[in-house]
Amino acid sequence: MERIPILKMGSFLLVSIQVDLYDRLALTLENDLINMVSKTEAKGVLIDISAVSIVDSFMGRILGNIASMSKIMDAATVVVGMQPAVAITLVELGLTLSGVHTALDVEQGMELLREKIGQVDTDEEGLYDSYI
Amino acid sequence: MIVISKEKISIQKEQDVVLFRNRIKEVATKIGMSLVNQTKLITAASELVRNMLRYGGGGITHLEVISRNSIPGVRLIFQDEGPGIEDIPLAMKDGFSTGKSLGLGLPGAKRLVNDFSIKSEVGKGTTVTIIRWKNGL
Repeated sequence: MERIPILKMGSFLLVSIQVDLYDRLALTLENDLINMVSKTEAKGVLIDISAVSIVDSFMGRILGNIASMSKIMDAATVVVGMQPAVAITLVELGLTLSGVHTALDVEQGMELLREKIGQVDTDEEGLYDSYI
Repeated sequence: MIVISKEKISIQKEQDVVLFRNRIKEVATKIGMSLVNQTKLITAASELVRNMLRYGGGGITHLEVISRNSIPGVRLIFQDEGPGIEDIPLAMKDGFSTGKSLGLGLPGAKRLVNDFSIKSEVGKGTTVTIIRWKNGL
Protein backbone atom coordinates (compact mmCIF):
# COMPACT_ATOMS: atom_id res chain seq x y z
CA MET A 1 0.00 0.00 0.00
CA GLU A 2 1.13 3.53 -0.79
CA ARG A 3 2.32 5.55 2.23
CA ILE A 4 3.64 9.03 3.00
CA PRO A 5 7.01 8.74 4.78
CA ILE A 6 7.39 10.20 8.27
CA LEU A 7 10.88 11.28 9.32
CA LYS A 8 12.03 11.64 12.91
CA MET A 9 14.37 14.50 13.72
CA GLY A 10 15.17 14.92 17.40
CA SER A 11 11.87 15.37 19.17
CA PHE A 12 10.07 16.33 15.97
CA LEU A 13 8.35 14.38 13.25
CA LEU A 14 8.61 15.69 9.69
CA VAL A 15 6.23 14.90 6.88
CA SER A 16 6.59 16.28 3.39
CA ILE A 17 3.61 15.48 1.21
CA GLN A 18 4.91 15.28 -2.34
CA VAL A 19 1.92 13.72 -4.04
CA ASP A 20 -1.70 14.71 -4.46
CA LEU A 21 -3.58 12.88 -1.79
CA TYR A 22 -6.61 10.74 -2.18
CA ASP A 23 -8.74 10.00 0.85
CA ARG A 24 -7.34 6.65 1.87
CA LEU A 25 -3.76 7.91 1.67
CA ALA A 26 -4.67 10.89 3.86
CA LEU A 27 -6.36 8.62 6.41
CA THR A 28 -3.34 6.31 6.47
CA LEU A 29 -1.10 9.32 7.11
CA GLU A 30 -3.32 10.48 9.98
CA ASN A 31 -3.17 7.04 11.54
CA ASP A 32 0.59 6.58 11.00
CA LEU A 33 1.39 10.02 12.40
CA ILE A 34 -0.57 9.56 15.61
CA ASN A 35 1.04 6.16 16.16
CA MET A 36 4.48 7.69 15.55
CA VAL A 37 3.79 10.51 18.03
CA SER A 38 2.93 7.91 20.63
CA LYS A 39 5.87 5.61 19.79
CA THR A 40 8.57 8.28 19.57
CA GLU A 41 7.11 10.64 22.19
CA ALA A 42 7.55 13.43 19.67
CA LYS A 43 6.87 16.95 20.89
CA GLY A 44 6.17 18.46 17.51
CA VAL A 45 4.85 17.51 14.08
CA LEU A 46 5.72 19.50 10.98
CA ILE A 47 3.71 18.90 7.82
CA ASP A 48 5.01 20.41 4.60
CA ILE A 49 2.27 20.80 2.00
CA SER A 50 4.21 23.00 -0.44
CA ALA A 51 3.86 20.38 -3.18
CA VAL A 52 0.15 19.88 -2.60
CA SER A 53 -1.97 21.67 -5.20
CA ILE A 54 -5.40 20.75 -3.84
CA VAL A 55 -6.69 20.79 -0.26
CA ASP A 56 -10.41 20.07 -0.15
CA SER A 57 -12.71 19.73 2.86
CA PHE A 58 -11.66 16.14 3.52
CA MET A 59 -7.93 16.89 3.47
CA GLY A 60 -8.58 19.99 5.58
CA ARG A 61 -10.42 17.91 8.12
CA ILE A 62 -7.53 15.42 8.24
CA LEU A 63 -5.06 18.27 8.93
CA GLY A 64 -7.37 19.50 11.70
CA ASN A 65 -7.69 15.99 13.12
CA ILE A 66 -3.92 15.49 13.16
CA ALA A 67 -3.50 18.80 15.01
CA SER A 68 -6.14 18.00 17.65
CA MET A 69 -4.99 14.42 18.16
CA SER A 70 -1.35 15.52 18.51
CA LYS A 71 -2.39 18.18 20.98
CA ILE A 72 -4.07 15.58 23.15
CA MET A 73 -0.84 13.57 22.95
CA ASP A 74 1.12 16.67 24.01
CA ALA A 75 2.65 17.46 20.62
CA ALA A 76 2.27 20.66 18.59
CA THR A 77 1.47 20.55 14.87
CA VAL A 78 2.56 23.10 12.30
CA VAL A 79 1.45 23.02 8.66
CA VAL A 80 3.88 24.82 6.37
CA GLY A 81 4.23 25.88 2.76
CA MET A 82 0.60 26.24 1.72
CA GLN A 83 0.37 27.58 -1.82
CA PRO A 84 -1.45 30.94 -2.09
CA ALA A 85 -4.04 29.51 -4.50
CA VAL A 86 -4.79 26.74 -1.99
CA ALA A 87 -5.21 29.25 0.85
CA ILE A 88 -7.61 31.38 -1.23
CA THR A 89 -9.63 28.30 -2.19
CA LEU A 90 -9.80 26.94 1.36
CA VAL A 91 -11.24 30.14 2.76
CA GLU A 92 -13.81 30.37 -0.03
CA LEU A 93 -14.71 26.74 0.55
CA GLY A 94 -15.44 27.68 4.16
CA LEU A 95 -12.55 25.95 5.86
CA THR A 96 -10.35 28.16 8.00
CA LEU A 97 -8.20 25.43 9.60
CA SER A 98 -8.74 26.97 13.02
CA GLY A 99 -6.66 25.19 15.59
CA VAL A 100 -3.91 24.33 13.12
CA HIS A 101 -0.69 26.32 13.48
CA THR A 102 0.78 27.44 10.18
CA ALA A 103 4.06 28.91 8.96
CA LEU A 104 5.25 30.04 5.56
CA ASP A 105 8.06 27.53 5.12
CA VAL A 106 9.86 24.64 6.80
CA GLU A 107 12.42 26.92 8.44
CA GLN A 108 9.83 29.16 10.06
CA GLY A 109 7.76 26.12 10.97
CA MET A 110 10.69 24.56 12.84
CA GLU A 111 11.28 27.88 14.58
CA LEU A 112 7.63 27.96 15.67
CA LEU A 113 7.80 24.38 16.98
CA ARG A 114 10.97 25.11 18.93
CA GLU A 115 9.34 28.19 20.42
CA LYS A 116 6.29 26.20 21.44
CA ILE A 117 8.35 23.55 23.14
CA GLY A 118 10.79 26.06 24.59
CA GLN A 119 7.93 28.00 26.12
CA VAL A 120 6.62 24.98 27.92
CA ASP A 121 10.06 24.31 29.40
CA THR A 122 10.60 27.86 30.65
CA ASP A 123 7.10 27.99 32.09
CA GLU A 124 7.76 24.84 34.08
CA GLU A 125 11.08 26.15 35.33
CA GLY A 126 9.35 29.35 36.39
CA LEU A 127 6.83 27.30 38.28
CA TYR A 128 9.51 25.40 40.15
CA ASP A 129 11.36 28.63 40.94
CA SER A 130 8.30 30.13 42.54
CA TYR A 131 7.76 27.01 44.62
CA ILE A 132 11.29 27.11 45.90
CA MET B 1 -22.77 28.55 -25.56
CA ILE B 2 -20.85 26.05 -27.64
CA VAL B 3 -19.04 22.88 -26.65
CA ILE B 4 -15.50 22.78 -27.99
CA SER B 5 -14.41 19.41 -26.67
CA LYS B 6 -15.78 16.73 -24.41
CA GLU B 7 -14.62 13.54 -22.78
CA LYS B 8 -16.05 11.02 -20.35
CA ILE B 9 -14.18 9.74 -17.33
CA SER B 10 -15.55 6.93 -15.22
CA ILE B 11 -15.05 7.19 -11.45
CA GLN B 12 -15.25 3.86 -9.65
CA LYS B 13 -12.50 4.05 -7.05
CA GLU B 14 -10.52 6.65 -5.12
CA GLN B 15 -7.44 6.46 -7.34
CA ASP B 16 -9.59 7.51 -10.31
CA VAL B 17 -10.04 10.85 -8.53
CA VAL B 18 -6.36 11.74 -8.82
CA LEU B 19 -6.39 11.00 -12.57
CA PHE B 20 -9.58 13.00 -12.99
CA ARG B 21 -8.12 16.01 -11.13
CA ASN B 22 -4.99 15.86 -13.29
CA ARG B 23 -7.05 15.75 -16.45
CA ILE B 24 -9.05 18.84 -15.37
CA LYS B 25 -5.76 20.59 -14.69
CA GLU B 26 -4.48 19.79 -18.18
CA VAL B 27 -7.63 21.06 -19.84
CA ALA B 28 -7.83 24.22 -17.69
CA THR B 29 -4.16 25.00 -18.34
CA LYS B 30 -4.73 24.57 -22.05
CA ILE B 31 -7.41 27.27 -22.15
CA GLY B 32 -5.18 29.58 -20.11
CA MET B 33 -7.09 29.54 -16.82
CA SER B 34 -5.21 31.16 -13.93
CA LEU B 35 -3.81 28.99 -11.15
CA VAL B 36 -6.28 30.32 -8.57
CA ASN B 37 -9.26 29.62 -10.83
CA GLN B 38 -7.90 26.17 -11.64
CA THR B 39 -7.42 25.40 -7.96
CA LYS B 40 -11.00 26.48 -7.17
CA LEU B 41 -12.40 24.37 -10.01
CA ILE B 42 -10.40 21.27 -9.11
CA THR B 43 -11.22 21.62 -5.41
CA ALA B 44 -14.94 21.85 -6.25
CA ALA B 45 -14.58 18.81 -8.52
CA SER B 46 -12.80 16.94 -5.75
CA GLU B 47 -15.71 17.55 -3.36
CA LEU B 48 -18.31 16.45 -5.92
CA VAL B 49 -16.45 13.38 -7.04
CA ARG B 50 -16.08 12.29 -3.42
CA ASN B 51 -19.85 12.62 -2.91
CA MET B 52 -20.34 10.58 -6.05
CA LEU B 53 -18.09 7.80 -4.73
CA ARG B 54 -19.33 7.87 -1.17
CA TYR B 55 -23.05 8.31 -1.63
CA GLY B 56 -23.62 7.37 -5.26
CA GLY B 57 -21.34 4.35 -5.48
CA GLY B 58 -19.29 5.90 -8.27
CA GLY B 59 -20.45 7.22 -11.60
CA ILE B 60 -19.54 9.03 -14.77
CA THR B 61 -17.99 12.47 -15.14
CA HIS B 62 -18.07 14.58 -18.28
CA LEU B 63 -15.26 17.05 -18.80
CA GLU B 64 -16.00 19.70 -21.41
CA VAL B 65 -14.36 22.81 -22.76
CA ILE B 66 -17.08 25.31 -23.60
CA SER B 67 -17.18 28.83 -24.95
CA ARG B 68 -19.59 31.73 -24.43
CA ASN B 69 -19.09 35.07 -26.21
CA SER B 70 -15.67 33.69 -27.20
CA ILE B 71 -14.67 33.30 -23.54
CA PRO B 72 -13.65 29.71 -22.81
CA GLY B 73 -14.57 27.77 -19.71
CA VAL B 74 -14.65 24.28 -18.26
CA ARG B 75 -17.91 22.47 -17.61
CA LEU B 76 -17.98 19.35 -15.45
CA ILE B 77 -20.96 17.02 -15.11
CA PHE B 78 -21.13 14.42 -12.34
CA GLN B 79 -23.65 11.64 -12.84
CA ASP B 80 -24.38 8.84 -10.44
CA GLU B 81 -27.11 6.28 -10.08
CA GLY B 82 -27.10 6.29 -6.32
CA PRO B 83 -29.99 6.74 -3.88
CA GLY B 84 -30.46 10.42 -4.79
CA ILE B 85 -30.92 13.37 -2.45
CA GLU B 86 -34.29 13.79 -0.73
CA ASP B 87 -34.01 17.39 0.32
CA ILE B 88 -31.68 19.38 -1.93
CA PRO B 89 -32.03 22.74 -0.08
CA LEU B 90 -31.02 20.96 3.14
CA ALA B 91 -28.07 19.24 1.40
CA MET B 92 -26.93 22.63 0.15
CA LYS B 93 -26.74 24.04 3.69
CA ASP B 94 -23.33 24.63 5.24
CA GLY B 95 -22.60 22.07 7.90
CA PHE B 96 -25.26 19.55 6.92
CA SER B 97 -24.07 16.00 6.34
CA THR B 98 -25.67 12.58 6.41
CA GLY B 99 -22.17 11.12 6.65
CA LYS B 100 -19.49 12.15 9.09
CA SER B 101 -18.02 14.96 7.00
CA LEU B 102 -17.96 18.69 7.74
CA GLY B 103 -20.89 19.25 5.40
CA LEU B 104 -18.93 21.67 3.24
CA GLY B 105 -18.89 19.58 0.07
CA LEU B 106 -21.95 20.79 -1.85
CA PRO B 107 -22.23 24.38 -0.56
CA GLY B 108 -18.43 24.80 -0.70
CA ALA B 109 -18.26 23.50 -4.26
CA LYS B 110 -21.01 25.94 -5.22
CA ARG B 111 -19.03 28.87 -3.83
CA LEU B 112 -15.96 27.83 -5.83
CA VAL B 113 -17.51 27.88 -9.29
CA ASN B 114 -19.41 30.35 -11.49
CA ASP B 115 -22.36 28.11 -12.22
CA PHE B 116 -23.76 25.25 -10.18
CA SER B 117 -26.84 23.15 -10.78
CA ILE B 118 -28.03 19.99 -9.13
CA LYS B 119 -30.78 17.57 -10.09
CA SER B 120 -31.67 14.54 -8.08
CA GLU B 121 -34.35 11.93 -8.06
CA VAL B 122 -34.75 9.62 -5.08
CA GLY B 123 -33.93 6.07 -6.09
CA LYS B 124 -32.54 7.10 -9.47
CA GLY B 125 -29.47 9.22 -8.91
CA THR B 126 -27.96 12.66 -8.84
CA THR B 127 -26.47 14.92 -11.51
CA VAL B 128 -24.40 17.97 -10.63
CA THR B 129 -23.14 20.39 -13.28
CA ILE B 130 -20.54 23.09 -12.62
CA ILE B 131 -18.91 25.70 -14.84
CA ARG B 132 -15.86 27.84 -14.23
CA TRP B 133 -15.03 30.46 -16.86
CA LYS B 134 -11.47 31.26 -17.76
CA ASN B 135 -11.78 34.87 -16.60
CA GLY B 136 -13.49 33.76 -13.39
CA LEU B 137 -16.66 35.83 -13.95
